[in-house]
Amino acid sequence: MPDEKITLEILRYHPETDEEPSFQTFEVPYHEDWVVLDAINWIKEHVDGTLTYRWSCRMGVCGSCGMMVNGTPRLTCAVFLNEFHPEPIKIEPLAYFPVERDLVTVMDSFMEKLQSVKPWLIRNEDEEKPLEEGEYLQSPAELASYKQFSMCINCMLCYAACPVTGLESEFVGPAAIALGMRYNRDSRDQGREQRQEVIASHDAIWNCTFVGECSVVCPKDVDPAGAIQQAKVESTIDWYTSLLPWTKK
Amino acid sequence: MAKSNEPIVWSLFSAGGVLTALAAPALIVLLGFAIPLGWITPSFEHVDGLVGHWLTKLFVVALVSLGLFHWAHRFRFTLIDIGLKSLDTLITVACYGGAIVGTGVAVYVVWL
Ligand code: SF4
Ligand code: FES
Repeated sequence: MPDEKITLEILRYHPETDEEPSFQTFEVPYHEDWVVLDAINWIKEHVDGTLTYRWSCRMGVCGSCGMMVNGTPRLTCAVFLNEFHPEPIKIEPLAYFPVERDLVTVMDSFMEKLQSVKPWLIRNEDEEKPLEEGEYLQSPAELASYKQFSMCINCMLCYAACPVTGLESEFVGPAAIALGMRYNRDSRDQGREQRQEVIASHDAIWNCTFVGECSVVCPKDVDPAGAIQQAKVESTIDWYTSLLPWTKK
Repeated sequence: MAKSNEPIVWSLFSAGGVLTALAAPALIVLLGFAIPLGWITPSFEHVDGLVGHWLTKLFVVALVSLGLFHWAHRFRFTLIDIGLKSLDTLITVACYGGAIVGTGVAVYVVWL
């Protein structure tokens, strides 16, 4: 229908003028085939050019457009307006992250957590084979053992869904642990012991109380909650084997 | 980052979850329906022999104890999640302490 509208309530915050964030309401043309990001882009183009938010690919790949849509962390390029119309839609920055400006959050803590699990292939130096011997081959089964965890697009929806990240700022969190497991599972990698320092610590898997919301909101079916449970089982086995006299270091 | 001792309580928690999920429904059907409703009528000697066996006793104590540890771990984190983190030590002692006391009671009732 022409001229139909939908209401967006957007949390605004400009630190240089605003003391605290507040909601601003916008009327946006309603198109059945528009996603929430289209509506936000329309506001920026036609109503208020100062509206600030992140986006790039518009196809669920770059992971930058995550926001709270009616209280749930979603990729705004993957949520259609028709899911809510004619009800209004409330848009907020991702929960539990400090707000930089409008819908843009500060991601530094997330970046540090990602790096802390050493998300790259680690080889024991003396076991590296010479370049002329070619690459390390992997069977389809070996690829399948970590592929799911490698699908993460770092959208941080899982952090905004997890009540523990809200309570414990040090919690390493779902995506970073799943990414650590992605490399632990990789047949070419030898870095598990180094990663365990972080993954098996109190601030990582043992902070998780298995709420499971991370896996519910994940747009890529990474199942970070599953990764954390697997890491708990493995770390528990490590812990008991380390008690055996013949495995003592 | 500090190495965690959480694996002890977590393994009791998960063992309790698995055992309860497997054994409790079967026991409820058996003791709550099958025998009272007369679906099966085991002889007194049979039941007496089974209940008196040390393996049965061990199983009952394990079921009660691990079930309590499962509860203790879950309840501890429920309380922490609702914002009582400042009482962490007290909660931890009360929850796992409760499970230990419950285990003692189970041993007392079943064995003594
Ligand atoms: S695990 Fe899923 S929800 Fe979390 S950052 Fe990766 S893609 Fe996003
Ligand atoms: S804009 Fe790239 S995931 Fe939405």
